[in-house]
Amino acid sequence: MPTSSVYTVSQISAYIKSLFVSDMLLTDVWLSGEVSGFTQASSGHCYFTLKDAGAILKSVIWRTQAKGMALPRNGDAVIVHGAISVYEQGGAYQLYVDHLEPAGVGQLWLEFERLKARLEAEGLFDDERKRPIPARPVRLGVVTSPTAAALRDILRTLSHRYGLVDVILAPTPVQGDQAPPAIVAALAALNRWAAEREPLDAIILARGGGSIEELWAFNDVRVARAIAASAVPVITGVGHETDFTIADFVADLRAPTPTGAATLATPDGRELSAAVAALMARAERQLGGHLADERARVESSTLRLRRAAPAARLATNRQRVDDLSRRGALAMTGRLRQQRERLRGEGLRLTALDPSRVLARGYAIVATADGAVVHSVAQVTPGDALRVRVADGAFGANVTKDQ
Amino acid sequence: MLDEKPFETLYGDLEDAVRQLEAGDLSLEESLALFARATALAEQCSALLDRTELRVRQLLAQPNGNSAAEPFESWQNG
Repeated sequence: MPTSSVYTVSQISAYIKSLFVSDMLLTDVWLSGEVSGFTQASSGHCYFTLKDAGAILKSVIWRTQAKGMALPRNGDAVIVHGAISVYEQGGAYQLYVDHLEPAGVGQLWLEFERLKARLEAEGLFDDERKRPIPARPVRLGVVTSPTAAALRDILRTLSHRYGLVDVILAPTPVQGDQAPPAIVAALAALNRWAAEREPLDAIILARGGGSIEELWAFNDVRVARAIAASAVPVITGVGHETDFTIADFVADLRAPTPTGAATLATPDGRELSAAVAALMARAERQLGGHLADERARVESSTLRLRRAAPAARLATNRQRVDDLSRRGALAMTGRLRQQRERLRGEGLRLTALDPSRVLARGYAIVATADGAVVHSVAQVTPGDALRVRVADGAFGANVTKDQ
Repeated sequence: MLDEKPFETLYGDLEDAVRQLEAGDLSLEESLALFARATALAEQCSALLDRTELRVRQLLAQPNGNSAAEPFESWQNG
C-alpha cells in the first residue's frame, strides 16, 4: 500500500505541465527537423510530426497562427519556433508552433554570406573595378528573360527616355538550375558581339521581383565571375528595391529594379532637346550681335567715306552689307520657326528677331544635302540634290546644269 | 541613306560650332556658314531625339558558336 500521498493522473499531469511551462528553454525554442504526417483539420488547426533520425516531436499549429503562414508539406525540412508543453488529455508533450520557415532559405542565406565574404576578399566588389557608364550610349546589351515583364519595362523605359539607342537582347532564363550557365553564356555572347561586330556601351542584366529562391541565380558564383570578366560595363536591376544580390555587388552599377537599370543606362532625351535648343539660342544671339556690329561698323565708315570715296564704291559696300544681312536673316528664319515649334509646348519663348516675313515674300533658302546653305554656284554641280526651304515648308530639288 | 552619325558626334560637333561662333574672331561670312552648319546639326540632333521607335534585335546562337541578330518586336504587343 502507498505510504504517502496518492495523486490522481490529472494531478500529476498538471504538475508535469507546470514544469514545462516554467522552463526557460521549452517555452521559447527554435528547432529544425523534417515534417511528416501533416494534416489540417476542418477546424483549421494543423497537426504534424517533426522528426529527425533519432526522435519525433508531435507538433501543432493553431488556426490563428496557421492563417498567415506558408504551410509545410510532408518531407519539408523546416526551422520552427514555439513552446513545448503538455497535452494532458492525450498524455503527450507537444510543440506549439508560432513561426515556421523552410530550412532551405536559412541555408541559402548562409551560402550567400559565405560567397559574399569570399568574393569581397578577392576584391571583386572594389570601387576601383567599377567602370563608368557612357552618358549617351549608342548601343546597349540586355540580358534577361524574353518573355518576362522586366524586359517590357526596360524597353518601354528606353524608348521613352532615349529611343535612338540601339538594343541587342541576349535572351536567357533567369531562374532555375539552368539559369546561371545561361546567363554566363548570354554575357559572353554579348561581349563577343561587342568585340567582333558592333561595340556595346553597357549591358543591362535584369530580372523582376520574386522570392529569394527565384532570384538565386543572381547569387551564383559563376554569374558573379562572368560579370567581373565582362569587358562591357554591366548594370544590374534585379528584383525590388530591397533585394541585394551578389551580382549587384560585382556589377559596375546597381539599379534597384529593371526599370531603374534602363534609366541609369540612358540620358533623359527631353533634357538633351533642351540642351540643343539652348545651344542654338546661343548661336542666334551670337549671329544677331555680329550682324548688328557689322551694320554699325559699315554705317560709320560710310559716314567717314562719304566725302572721299567714289559713289560706286559706296554702293558696292552697302550692297555687300545688305546682302550679308539678308542672308543672316534667312539663315535664322528657318531655324527660328523650327525652334518655336519645338519649344511652344514647353512654354519657352525666344526673344530673337522675327524675319519670317522674308520667306513669306517669296525668298527661299537653298541648302546642299549636308545642310550647308548655298550662296554660290561654285558649291553645286549638276545632279546634286538640294533642299529648298520656303515660307511654309521645304522640298527637294536637283541641280540641272551650269549657268 | 548615308551612314548615320551617332548622336554623341553630332552633339559634340554642335557644341564645337557654337563655341567657335562665340569665340568672336570670325568674319560675318564665316559666322553665317558656321550658323548654317549649327542649324543643320541641331536639326539632326532633334530628329534623333524625337525617335521613339526603339530598334531591338535578339541574338541567336548559331551552331558554329557565333551569333546572329534578328529583329525582336514581340515586346510591343504585350
